[in-house]
Order: sequence, then structure tokens, then C-alpha cells
Amino acid sequence: MSGRETIRLPGAVPDAADEAMGGGTGDLTEALLSTSVWTDQLLAAAGIPVVEVPFVTVGSGIGSFVTTDYLRIMGVPKEQIKVLGNNPVPWSTYEYLTRNSQIPRGERLRSDSASTPDNIWGFPSYAVREAFAAKGLKNKLFPLWNVATEPIFSNYYTPKAGQAFESMEAETKRIDYFDCLDKGLVRMVRKRSGGGYFTILTPPAGTTPTKRVAYKSRWVHLAVGYPGLKFLDDLQTYRTTYNDYSTVVNAYEPHEGIYEDLKKRPGTVVIRGGGIVASRILQRLIDDRDRESTQVQIVHVFRTYITGAHGPSIFMRRRGGDGWAYQGFNYPKSVWGGQLKARMRKLEGKDRADLYKTIGGTNTPVRWSWQEQLKRGRKEGWYRTVTGSVESVVPAPQGNGTTTRLKTKDGIVEIPASYIIDCTGLEADIAEHRIFADLLTHSGAGRNPVGRLDVERTFEVKGTANGDGKLYASGTATLGGYFPGVDTFLGLQIAAQEIGDDLAKQGFGSYMGPLRSVSQWLKWARGKAI
Amino acid sequence: MLPTLNGRIQSRIVITLIIGGLWSLLIALFLPGVSGASYSDKLRALLGLLIVLTVLGIGWELVYHGLMQLRWEKDWPTLFGLVTIVNEGTLAYVLVVHRRFDHWWFHDDYRLPRSTFLFALITTWLVVWLWANGPMRVFTVHWRFRGGRFV
Ligand SMILES: Cc1cc2nc3c(=O)[nH]c(=O)nc-3n(C[C@H](O)[C@H](O)[C@H](O)COP(=O)(O)OP(=O)(O)OC[C@H]3O[C@@H](n4cnc5c(N)ncnc54)[C@H](O)[C@@H]3O)c2cc1C
Repeated sequence: MSGRETIRLPGAVPDAADEAMGGGTGDLTEALLSTSVWTDQLLAAAGIPVVEVPFVTVGSGIGSFVTTDYLRIMGVPKEQIKVLGNNPVPWSTYEYLTRNSQIPRGERLRSDSASTPDNIWGFPSYAVREAFAAKGLKNKLFPLWNVATEPIFSNYYTPKAGQAFESMEAETKRIDYFDCLDKGLVRMVRKRSGGGYFTILTPPAGTTPTKRVAYKSRWVHLAVGYPGLKFLDDLQTYRTTYNDYSTVVNAYEPHEGIYEDLKKRPGTVVIRGGGIVASRILQRLIDDRDRESTQVQIVHVFRTYITGAHGPSIFMRRRGGDGWAYQGFNYPKSVWGGQLKARMRKLEGKDRADLYKTIGGTNTPVRWSWQEQLKRGRKEGWYRTVTGSVESVVPAPQGNGTTTRLKTKDGIVEIPASYIIDCTGLEADIAEHRIFADLLTHSGAGRNPVGRLDVERTFEVKGTANGDGKLYASGTATLGGYFPGVDTFLGLQIAAQEIGDDLAKQGFGSYMGPLRSVSQWLKWARGKAI
Repeated sequence: MLPTLNGRIQSRIVITLIIGGLWSLLIALFLPGVSGASYSDKLRALLGLLIVLTVLGIGWELVYHGLMQLRWEKDWPTLFGLVTIVNEGTLAYVLVVHRRFDHWWFHDDYRLPRSTFLFALITTWLVVWLWANGPMRVFTVHWRFRGGRFV
């Protein structure tokens, strides 16, 4: 990653630290670094030991997990899969980000009832399972009523974070996921002369005799999540110029101290961003206001203020109001299986980029509880919105918090605030991730119409096939491809299915036809190990 | 549900005929209000209803597909699949109970009384709806991602 600051994720180790790790023998040599296609001899000469396995998945997050799950259900033995990464459990990074952005285990996620990363069928859905497990008739009926009437007479049903984590945990055990996991940080993937790939792992210092270990495989799958989560430029400038990391924070960083401080004294918080993370942070601030009687004042800065339904035609009109664009999920629902999925699958180049533009953009779901809170805030005057572009953020004159200078249509406005919370969740360019940078330089990978990693409908990374080997990728790095819903549980499962189908064609695992599907589901339902 | 037009029609035909058909085989055993009729007469009447629901259903799916275009998400909420029993059932009722053009199918000496028709319609509809929104997915992992297409 570059010198620019991104949000530190627990599983990620800075590049410099990776270089310094171990330091023993068996390290990358100049010859390896500068050669795009490696021979077995080149690795042997560097003294890097080689592990042979047909399939490697890099990341060890939710993408690696659901792909491993699908392959195991296709009948691939656990010895033929290696998961490489630093996560103790697949949801480590995810839980870190959700917890910081105010979704502890008891709160509800964004995705729907049938987005079940522990279950490739989506049946029984989370709502049904919640109903079965609940005590009391009302608690049993609520989730069922909710899914049956969403989004007409109720808001979308979404599962509690805890339910997602616990169910994934059961599935990791069922498929012996942890037997496939080798801990460490992946440095690069290179083509192997003769076919397939070498994946270079840097295991935790002291756990292996050599600094690096190479995995020789016919197939590689990359699911490394966010290449980096960034701050807004003006906030980044503020943080580095004034060396102040506590007044201006990102919602994805730990920032509990702010809520604690606001309980002790009144203060103003500036919120930047109009997505679901902003909704969450607002909920926390207002919950605290209601329960702990904080005196918090909130100023919400919108860059574009949405006043109502918007879109190019009556057939493509998204709801909106009070500044926000409203949508249940991060893309219109049919990208995960219906009309928009089918449509995008056929588009190339600019047409595809244009449709992404139409259906994209920051948005948040309608939740009646949020609507009520903000309505009250507007009425009582402690929640205000301003629209404009930020010119600069500087320390407040008395050394008390910050001043945001904003260019609005009525001229420059200055907003003093005790804290600024960046809820924009800007993603870094794919080239800021080492593995992708290396792939773009050495292995023929390219960019798609929106600038991310170019993949086929099967999620094969275009241009990287090598002999009988193929390299796949899924997750946010592939946004802009033939399938838009990539950075979600369900999207990762859809990618896993495409990859699984493609592998079955190459003789790896069995295609999931109706018989296998039913027999494997029965195993899942009984919690029977594979 | 997230149907495409093709998927709607395929799902309508397959699920109504197979799941509705199995359900008909079962309820023909104890169909209320038709004590005189034989099992095969009752089954014949129930299958007639399924065929009416399927054939008209294809037309209805075209209408629903058109309406869906007004939805930003291009989805078809679960609830819609349930409440469309009102319009579809009414039309089917006119045709089956009032016997507007089903003489070719039903025996002359046997017709579905209104209450029996309602029982068959409502239970079949519920079974098909529940099936399409859940257990169907066990039989194919691809169906729900292909807009309801089987092929
Ligand atoms: C706050 C938040 C809420 C979300 N809510 C939902 C939701 O409700 N529903 C939904 O469907 N989706 C949601 N998502 C989106 C998405 O489903 C998750 O982000 C999901 O975790 C993505 O899975 P992934 O495998 O792509 O990435 P991750 O789960 O982050 O896994 C990738 C892993 O790769 C590791 N890695 C990176 N580089 C290397 C390397 N060089 N070597 C080894 N390992 C490496 C990282 O440590 C990381 O843990 C949410 C995202 C966020 C940020």
C-alpha cells in the first residue's frame, strides 16, 4: 500500500513490516522479483519451500469462506484446498468494521433474510431460523410477518449480526474450514512456467523455518476485501497537518471515546456522508441523547442533497428525501438474481459503466426508527443539515475542536464542531493493494470499465490464464464487472457458484445438480460434517 | 422474488404443475363438498383448475412484468405473490365455476361447487407460494440467481 494513510484493519500488516518479518532464509530474490513467470528452479534457488495443492484462496475473510464452503459441498476434499490469510475466523475483519460502525452483535445488518453465508441455498432463511429459535408467539411471528410483508408493510427484514456470525461458525466446523487455513500474509501471486501459479505466503515470524512459503496450485482465488479504506482528502490533510487523530475520525475506526466524551459534556458532531454508515452513527448519537441525556448537536454535511425521487425515467426512479437516497441494499435488489443481473451480464464497456452509474451512488435503507429520530431532531433543532463542498478543516480558534469551512450556494459557511465523523467509506484504488499491483504489472490482469479488476462472468481474472490454470477473484475489487452485487454476502456466494461451476467443467469437484443439491442440503440441515 | 420475464413464466409452469399437481393428488382424497364424485373425477376437476391457473398465469406474468418495470428495484415482493390470488382467482372462478369455456375438460355430470373451488384454489395457491419462497431452493442452487429460470 502507498504511504497515504488508510484505515488500519486488524488482519493487514503494513508492507514495511512484512518486509522486515522473519528475515531468515528462503526469501524473495531479485531474480524472482524481476521475473514475471517463475520456474520451479528459480524458487528452489531462492530456498523457498513449495507446498503443492490444487486450489488456493487468498484472504481468509468471508469471500474465502463462502468459496471454500461451496467447493466442499461440491465434493472437493479438504486436503485439496488451502486458505491463506491472517484472519483467525472468516468474519474477523467484517466484525471489526461493523462493530466500529455501530453494529454490535445484537444490532441488525443490512443484507436480507436469504443472504446466508453459512448456507448456499438461502433456505431456511435467517427470518425462518429466527422465528424457530424465538421464545413466545409474538417473537416467533414477528420475523415471519416481516419477511412476508417487506418492503410494503414493513421495512426489509435483516438478521442480527450475531446470528450471521454464529451460523458461520457452525458451518466452518461442519466443513473443517480451519484444517484448510494456513496463517500468514500473501505477498504476491505469479504465473508458473508450465501452468498454474505460485502464491507467496509470509507466515507469522518464527512459525516456519523460512521467511516465505510458496504454494504451487493450478487454481488461485483472490478475496482480499477492501484494498484500503480511505479518509476524505480534506480530513486526511487535517489529520496529518495538525497531528490530531482523535477529533476527526473515520466511522470504521474505533471511536467509542467520542460517545463517552459526549456523555460528559455537550458538544457538536459533524457527520460526513449519506450512506448507511451515517445512518448508524446518527442512530448511536441519538440513542445516547435519548437514553443518556447527552446534549449532542448534530450537523450533517451533504455534498448533494436529495429532495425526492430521482432518476432518468419513470422506469428508473429511486426514492429519496431529506438529503438521502433510499434503497434497501447497496444496489437495487434485482442485481442479485433478477432483471438487473441479467441485463448487466450482457453489457460491455461504456454501456456497463453507464448502468453502474445509474444504479449506483450512496444510499441508505428506509427504517422507520431512523426516520422518527431524524424527524424529531429536525423539529427540536439538534439535527441540522448543510449542503456544499468542504473547502478546509482547521482547528477551532480556542483550540476546542475543529472548524469546517464549507462552500454552499449561499456562500462560505463555517461550522464549529467538537468532533467530525467521516462516514463516507471511500475505497482505495485496487493498485494500492500489493497483490493487485503485482498482478497488473506481471500477470496480464487489467481494469474493467469502472477501473477495478477486470473479471469474466465466471470471475476468472481476464488475461491471467496460464496453461491449464486459472486465477479467479471476487469481492469489492471486481466491482464494475458483469455482476454488480459483488461486495455482499450473497454476491460472494454468487461468485463462488460461478467459480464452482467453472471448476466443475475443468474436472474439479462435481457440478451442483438437483441430486447433489438435495443430498447436501439434508446434510446441512442435520449439521452433518462433510 | 427477483424474476426475469422468462424466469417468471418457467417458474409459473413448473411450480404450479408439479407442486400444485402433487397437492391436487393429495386433496382429491378428501375434497369437501363433492361426496358423490369419484377420485378420478375430483382429480380431473382439480387438474383443470391448475391448467387454467397456468395458462391464464402466463398472461398474468406479462402484466406483472410490466408493472415491475415501475419498481426501481425490479423486484417482485413476496407479498405480491400472495395477494395476486385476488385477481387471478376471480378470473379463474368465472371460467371454472361459471363454466365459460371449460366444457372440453370437465365431465358434464360433474362440476366444482363454489366452496370446493375456493378450498382448492386457496390451499393450492398457498402451497405454491410457500414452495416458491423457500423449499424450491433446496432443489436447485442456480434457480434463484437466474431470475427463476430452470433452463
Ligand atoms: C460496515 C460494513 C457493513 C457491511 N454489511 C453488510 C451486510 O449487512 N450484508 C452484506 O451482505 N454485506 C455487507 N458488507 C459488505 C461485505 O459483505 C463484507 O465487507 C464482506 O466481509 C466482504 O468479504 P471479503 O471476503 O470480500 O472481505 P473480508 O471479509 O474483509 O476478507 C478479506 C480478508 O483478506 C485479508 N487480506 C487482505 N490482504 C491480504 C494479503 N495480502 N494476504 C492475506 N490476507 C489478506 C484481509 O485481512 C481481510 O480479512 C458490509 C461491509 C462493511 C464495511
